[in-house]
Amino acid sequence: MKDTDVRQGTLALMVLKTLDVLGPLHGYGIARRIEQISGDLLTVNQGTLYPVLLKLEQEGSIASEWGASENNRKARFYRLTRQGRKQLQTEARSWEQTAAIIERFFAVKGEDVK
Amino acid sequence: MSLWRELARGLRGLINRPAADRDIADEVEQYVDEAAASFEARGLSPEEARRAALRELGSVTAVREQVRAYGWENIVETTLADVGYAARRLRRYPIHALVAALTLALGIGASTAIFSAVNPVLFQPLPYPDPQRLMLIWDGQGGSRLDVTFGTYRELIARNRSFNAMAVMRPMQPTLAGVAEPERLDGEYVSADYFRVLGVRPALGRDFEAADDPPYDPNGPFVAIVSDTLWRRRFNADPTLVGRQILLNDIPVTVIGIMPTGFENVLSPQSEIWSTLRYDPALPFNGREWGHHLRLVARVRPEIDLDRASHELQEIAKAQLPDFERPQWASLQDGFIAHSLQDELTRSVRPALVAIVGAVILLLTIACVNVTNLLLAQGASRRGELSVRTALGASRARIIRQLLAETLLLASIGGALGIVLAHTTVDALVALSPPGLPRSNAIVVDRTVLAFTAGLTTVIGLLVGLLPALNGFRASGPGGAPQQSTRIASGHQLTRRCLVVVQVALALVLLVAAGLLLRSVQRLFAMPPGFDPTERLTMQVQVAGQRFRDAETSHRFFDSVLEAVRQVPGVTAAAFTSQLPLSGDEEAYGVHFESTPPAAAEEDPSAYRYAVSPGYFAAMGIPLRTGRALDSHDGAGAPLVAVINESFARRRLPGLNPIGQRLHIGPNSGPWFTVVGVVGDVTQTSLAVTRSDAVYLTAPQWRFTDNARWLVVRSQADAAALAPAIRRAIAAIDRNQPIIRVATMEERVRASAADRRFALLLFEAFATTALILAAIGTYSLLSGSVTERTREMGVRSALGASRLDIVALVFRQGLTLTGLGIGIGLGGAAVASRALVTLLFGVTRLDSATYAGVATLLLLVSILACAMPAWRAARVRPSVALRFE
Repeated sequence: MKDTDVRQGTLALMVLKTLDVLGPLHGYGIARRIEQISGDLLTVNQGTLYPVLLKLEQEGSIASEWGASENNRKARFYRLTRQGRKQLQTEARSWEQTAAIIERFFAVKGEDVK
Repeated sequence: MSLWRELARGLRGLINRPAADRDIADEVEQYVDEAAASFEARGLSPEEARRAALRELGSVTAVREQVRAYGWENIVETTLADVGYAARRLRRYPIHALVAALTLALGIGASTAIFSAVNPVLFQPLPYPDPQRLMLIWDGQGGSRLDVTFGTYRELIARNRSFNAMAVMRPMQPTLAGVAEPERLDGEYVSADYFRVLGVRPALGRDFEAADDPPYDPNGPFVAIVSDTLWRRRFNADPTLVGRQILLNDIPVTVIGIMPTGFENVLSPQSEIWSTLRYDPALPFNGREWGHHLRLVARVRPEIDLDRASHELQEIAKAQLPDFERPQWASLQDGFIAHSLQDELTRSVRPALVAIVGAVILLLTIACVNVTNLLLAQGASRRGELSVRTALGASRARIIRQLLAETLLLASIGGALGIVLAHTTVDALVALSPPGLPRSNAIVVDRTVLAFTAGLTTVIGLLVGLLPALNGFRASGPGGAPQQSTRIASGHQLTRRCLVVVQVALALVLLVAAGLLLRSVQRLFAMPPGFDPTERLTMQVQVAGQRFRDAETSHRFFDSVLEAVRQVPGVTAAAFTSQLPLSGDEEAYGVHFESTPPAAAEEDPSAYRYAVSPGYFAAMGIPLRTGRALDSHDGAGAPLVAVINESFARRRLPGLNPIGQRLHIGPNSGPWFTVVGVVGDVTQTSLAVTRSDAVYLTAPQWRFTDNARWLVVRSQADAAALAPAIRRAIAAIDRNQPIIRVATMEERVRASAADRRFALLLFEAFATTALILAAIGTYSLLSGSVTERTREMGVRSALGASRLDIVALVFRQGLTLTGLGIGIGLGGAAVASRALVTLLFGVTRLDSATYAGVATLLLLVSILACAMPAWRAARVRPSVALRFE
């Protein structure tokens, strides 16, 4: 796995958070936002993003409808549903927990275990 | 919920594909537009912006494909696309596809037909409730299976604790009179519990009750149960038949029940009518109650296992009680032989069937190997295509999936053709099957068989496709440039060579088996039957009805038949016998010679009893060794005389002159017969059984009257053609007496080896197919190899190799493989032939002549298979070769 690739589960969380923060957004907007937040460490394109969007939509976390983009193009806008918001909260919490645990592990220095 | 939504979305996508596609296309397009707009905002020109956006995205089509690969509906779609592509490819190489599909059809068809034949015998349970609890019980006298006596049956009923119910039966062949022609039926006399033991009840009317089976009384009343087929055929399915009387052998019999449709009577499949046995429970020692002629079937209690039940039987046999007196010939000293009904039914045919199943598996394997080989050969030529696909981004799994779709499609076509083939051959198979094959009426291509074939086809499709698919993928990997295929002899050649070796080896195993069987059958027919089978017509003539209750009338009828038959033009001799060699009859009696000390009486042998008319030996061509034949003076009032066969005399009367010796036939309380002559040995049951002891006497001197007798007619030429004239002659005397089982003696000799001939026929068919497939395999390999090495051949001939050198090159390649295959096959055959042992006769399973002959045949065929490619190779001109690419 290249380091610019994103795991699907992680990407789903990023999508949810993006929609939570920015409100309804189309695919390109989501991709750019994720790249922007990551400081261009991640590249996301339609091929990786679309399956995640489809999956989230099936799970009912997001919903979509066609609308007009800022460039006045017909675009599909994705928005967070109530269920999605709940999912985001649960996943954010578990992610924070995981991150905290991992952090503590790395914080342990050699002499601490002696 | 989510599953439902997923399904609905997938279906929507499938049904409204264009709309779904447009949706995706729109979204991808919009994505590109947005990206382009953002590049434009950074100062690029519109064209440059768009190009940059596309560069960033990669191929729009690729992205769309990637997006489309999501969801189950897309898997369905790509699969359909794979199948469509596979179909187009098969159509593009029709000959190749045809050969492959036909090869598979042969393998699958043969397997399906054989499976449908062996399924009811070897695998399906019998069509009764709890069939595994049914047992067949024999008197184990002398270690062989002997029918039980009624007396033994009564003792077992009274003493056993392991069985729910027991029943005995014996065949009957009554003549049914009616509006139409009199018809001779097959049926059984049964004890009242017969159908209860089987667990089947009549569909109409009632079952037999104990009251229906009293001791025999000529005035009846008689009752019968008829089969569904008889009810429909003779009585137009009239339900009022129950309670009505029909005329059986001129005796009124009341029909009390009709068996259900589809009732299968495995113990006597031809039976259409059943009546009660009516034996005397007082069990007089000189009556039929102590004759060994009943089959005993029993149902074991649910809580008892079969071994325990069998054990109890042995205990009963050992411990004789004063309440149950036994005559000396039914002393049960050797215990019982008891096994499950299913095992007993299939016992005689199991070895042949297992061997045949083995053969068909070999054939199927050869067919699969052959098709694999064909696909590999084609794989070489499509390496270019696969390389291109890989270069365009097809994944390994995707390529393998597509290649498997092709072989699965091929296998499906082969399977469909195979089912058609099986359907058409299965009837022929049943017609050819030996008469001993149980449940042959249950042999059909049914749902089980179709499920088997479907499963087999899938497995074959995957197996056959696996090697070529893996090979194809390897070849399509990096470096497998499209143009290399004509220059290098690559790894797949090695695989293909191994496959050809396997094929040759398997074909050799089948050929050896067929060869051994062929020699067995030849040896068998070379056995002297003891009589002269040429130009002898035989048929069974029966008398039935009130008129013939009197023995005199019966004898007179047969005498006048003989007179009339002798008048028929073309007839040179005619005689009657109570049982005919190789007819399936087996009626034997214990024979006690006066010269044998009483102490040795327990070892008295049993011999076949023939009640014959004077002139029987001449009519059959049985040679007289010493003494005289039976003649017309040996009538009812004359001294009792007998003729025995020579090996019997040699063994039982060593050092004595057999003429003048006296013997008992059956119970020792009977009268003495004096031996007046000795004839040659005659085979009674089968050509393979060399020793059958015989006692011949005249019909009037025997204590019972045989109402069914075999007529033997000898003619100068074409005995079979005499049948109508003889029928007419007998009908002129009494047109109501049925004539049955008409066949020439030569036909009987052939039929007596039916099981071996059946196995031989199938093995010959399989082995021939295997030989052809092996030849095709070798040919296609060499031919492919010559094509690939055209350049090499050209270079060789340019460098001065003669045509002979090149021919030798090809032959060396081909014959090395064949030689290897033959070597491995000989080893395999030596092991596999163990399964054939019971079918062999007069040859050992390692018969060197057979092995050598078969190896030579295979070698010759493979030389033929090499010749064509070698000839082509020899004609390669250097100039052509150098321009080949």
